[in-house]
Order: sequence, then C-alpha cells, then structure tokens
Amino acid sequence: MRNIWTIAKKEYTGFFYSPIAYVVGAVAFLIMGIYLAYYLNIAILYQRVPDIRYILDVLVFPLFFLATPILTMKTLTEENKTGTLELLLTSPIRDHELILGKWFGTFLFYLTLIALTWFYPLVMNIVIEPGIDQSLVLANYIGITLMASAMTALGVCISSLFKNTVASMITSLGVLLLLWLASAPAQFLSGAAADFFTNLCITEHYYYGFREGVVSLSGISYYISLTVLSLFLGTRSIESRRWR
Amino acid sequence: MITVQNLTKDYGPNRAIDKLNFTAEKGEVLGFLGPNGAGKTTTIRILTGYMPPTSGTAEVGGHDVIEESLEVRKLVGYLPETVPLYDDMRIYDYLKYMADLRQIKDPDEKIEDVLELIGLELRSQSLIKNISKGMRQRVGLGQALLHEPDVLILDEPTIGLDPKQIIEVRNIIKNIGKERTVLLSTHILSEAQQICDRVLIINKGKIVAEDAPKNLQSRLSSIQKVKVQVADGADKAATFIRDIAGIMNVKINNNGMIEFENRIEQDSRAVVAKTLVDKGFDLLELTPEIVSLEDIFLKLTREEPVISSTEVEVEHEE
Repeated sequence: MRNIWTIAKKEYTGFFYSPIAYVVGAVAFLIMGIYLAYYLNIAILYQRVPDIRYILDVLVFPLFFLATPILTMKTLTEENKTGTLELLLTSPIRDHELILGKWFGTFLFYLTLIALTWFYPLVMNIVIEPGIDQSLVLANYIGITLMASAMTALGVCISSLFKNTVASMITSLGVLLLLWLASAPAQFLSGAAADFFTNLCITEHYYYGFREGVVSLSGISYYISLTVLSLFLGTRSIESRRWR
Repeated sequence: MITVQNLTKDYGPNRAIDKLNFTAEKGEVLGFLGPNGAGKTTTIRILTGYMPPTSGTAEVGGHDVIEESLEVRKLVGYLPETVPLYDDMRIYDYLKYMADLRQIKDPDEKIEDVLELIGLELRSQSLIKNISKGMRQRVGLGQALLHEPDVLILDEPTIGLDPKQIIEVRNIIKNIGKERTVLLSTHILSEAQQICDRVLIINKGKIVAEDAPKNLQSRLSSIQKVKVQVADGADKAATFIRDIAGIMNVKINNNGMIEFENRIEQDSRAVVAKTLVDKGFDLLELTPEIVSLEDIFLKLTREEPVISSTEVEVEHEE
C-alpha cells in the first residue's frame, strides 16, 4: 500500500512539472468558461434555464478522449523509453503496486481537474434562482469520475505495452474511440446482440444514465469493471517481462 | 552471496549467455569483463530480477532470482548501464523517491549520508536535467547505495566521470567491497585490475577466464619478457645472454636496453644476472615485463579461436 502511494504521489506531482498538464487544464477551463458565458447569455436572451450538463460535456469529450492518451503515455511508456522502468522493476515493489500507483496518480490528477470544475455549477447555482438541480450535478460528477477512472486505467494498461510514446498515444486514442463507437453496430442488430454492443460503449452509461441523473448499478459496474480489467491486464503486461 | 549455475539466456535463435557458472562471496569485488555484446548486461539483468533466464539458476543471498525475486531485489543495489534518472526531479527528491520505494527508515539521514559520499551535498536541489553526465552517474550510484545493500551490482559505473571522480568512485566501490559483495561490469581493464579481487572474462556468452587479475596475468603469459640494462657494452652483453640456454629473441632497443624472452617456467633472470656480473658488466637493471590484463583480454576475446579457461590451464601446464 505504501509503495502504491509513493508511486502515485510521484506520478501526481510529476504532472505539475510537465507543461502538457497545464495545457490540458488551461484548454479545458477555457472551453468550459466560454461555454458557461455562452449558455448564460443564451439563458438571459431567451429566458431559458441554462443546463450545467452542456458545460460538463466538455470534460467527457473532447477532454477525456484527447487528454487521456497524452497524459497516460508518460506513465509507463516514458519510463520504458528512458530506462527508469528497469530501475522500478528491480526495486522491491510488486508489479501490481507499480500499475496501481501509476493509475492512482493519474486518476488523482483527473480528480483535481474535475474538482476545479465545481466552479461552474457553483457560479450557475448563484446566478440562477432558485439554484440548479444539485442531485443532477452530483449524478453527473459521479459518472464523470467513474469514466475518468476507467479511461486512465485503460491508458496506463496500454502504456505498459509500448516503448514508443507516439505508438502508445495513438493506440490509447484508437482503443478509446473504438469503445466510443462500440454501440454503432447495435443500430443494425436487435435483442441481446444489440444490448451487448450498446453496453460496451464507454459513453453510453454516462450519456443515458448519469447525465440524466440516474446513478445505475449497471453504469457503476461497467466503469469499475473496465478499471479493474485494465489494471489487471496492465499488471500482467508488466509481469510478462519477467517471463520473457 | 551470488551463485550462478548453468545460466543460459536465449533471445530467439541467438544465445546471449551460455551455461555460465560462477560465485561471488561476501567481501569480494568481482569484475565482469567482456567486449560489447558479450552477455554482461544480460547476466546482470537476470541477477537483478529484471528478466528470467532461459535455463539454469541464479541465487543472491540464498534466494532464487525468479522464485524469490522480491527478496533478491531487497538485497541488491543496482546501477544500470543507462543510469536511469527522472530529469524533471531534483537530486534530493529523486533519492527520496527511491528511498521511499525501498521503505528506508530515516530516509533524510540516509540521503544526507549518500549525498556526502557521492560528493553532491551542495547540489541536492539541482534539477537532474541540468547536471553533468558525471553527476548523473554519481546520483545513480547514490540510489544504489541508499539502502546499504548486501550486494551491489554496477553496470559500467565510471563511464562519463572525470579522472578525479573515477578515483573517488573506485575508492567508494573498494570500501563497499570490503564488507559486501560487489559485481562490477566494466570494459575498462585498468579498473578491473585496480578494484577487483577476482575477474571473470566473458566472451560470446561464455566465461573464458576466471581468476584474480594477478593470477590471470601469470597464468596466461607463457612467455616472459625481460629488460636488462648494463652500464657499458650492451652489444657484448647481448652476445653472452644469447648463449644462455632457453633464452630467445635477444635484441637491443632504441634506449640501449637489452630485451630477451624466456618461457615462464624457465626463469633465466638469475643465470643472466650471474653471467653478466661474472663477465665484469655493471648490471644496472633486470626487470621482467608484466603482461597487462589488456593483453589477456584481447587474447581471450579476439574473434578467432576462443581460448577457454581449461585450454588456458593446459597451455600453462605444458
């Protein structure tokens, strides 16, 4: 446990040494700020209640989809490339501790970004009378957090497979896009097959569940399962170095 | 502390190391000498638990490197050849990270000690990306020493250091080697000669010689070269030396010194000295030329016939 925290802490603070993290944060908050101003203006002009979900959507797409491959590629691919992975793998830490530490550090960074976005619902809550639907906001944040957990775990897992950062980034992006488009075949299918592909989609449980204020067990299970599976495969990938 | 038996590693169809057998005891600095691609780093990586062997076994401190990899990694301090460091970290933070991963008690105290040992106590807040190659090497060595390991494995530890730093690092290794086990991979022969109690010469994945540097030199030099200086009449003295049985290739070099060779088992120095003194020459110098470890290394690792350690024994016995 202590090793996981040591690695996570190093990973988390490492983001603040990297300009990429600041660029990701700045772009996210700039776009969300523009959206907030835009929707508040629309609300004033057309006397419509602004919807916080449109602003939070920025976090899911494009931010998570584009930032995850960039931020997670440095977790293990960069270590492999610079040789520091050899140092970690010859230190007295277990392989799962390494993967969990890397994931948790990255996830903590996402949690920080997500926490900072509470600013927007707070502003909306202040300017709108009698305030926004707080349970809806909470359900959205639970969904966003779970999705961030699954995406970062997937990124760390893919990062463990490569020595080339570009290959790692492109593969992560490709896998995330595949999981996003996974529901497409459902349009041509019916019954269990259609349900299978629909449930495979990484955004499905968010858009049609948490985003609508529904915190469903299937949604929670999906994201937690994806997180656990990715971390398990990542650990096996690291372990496989000791077999080859 | 280190026991290796029939250790073999294949990379696809290529055999990197082939049935290596060796041991390293506590309080011993074992040099691992060999040309590039000989299998030094592969052996070291197996010993540190980074990769498995194809066959054979390796134990460190009585623990199998595969079955009890975690125990082995606790015992070993390792400096890889590439000196892996995090460029964005400060030296102190890097050492703190490594100390935390090894769950060292009183890490700050240990870090201070190591910083003093590697001579970087005044640079502890420098960013690693801004320090010289020599300093990087020392930081890498520092992390390997943090937990006062029973076994220290160093892959080319003095590369990139200036002469003063090389001496310092060699002294550190020598001191550590008095109480612990040090496995040192190097291609710098003088380094092996100075630091190591014992040397393994590895070529094409096989151990071709194993002994103390001094013993290797004497075992592998079948011909002894001797230099003689007399006050006057070197030409005449050379004639007398030629007449002594068992002496070969007598010549006079540009400095007026007489050089001759004899087989190592027929040391003619006493006869030569007596003959020259009896003939009335003032003998100023009679020095055997020591075959360097470099000569041995080249002899053992040249492309053509590889002389195995058993063949060397036979050659010596003849």
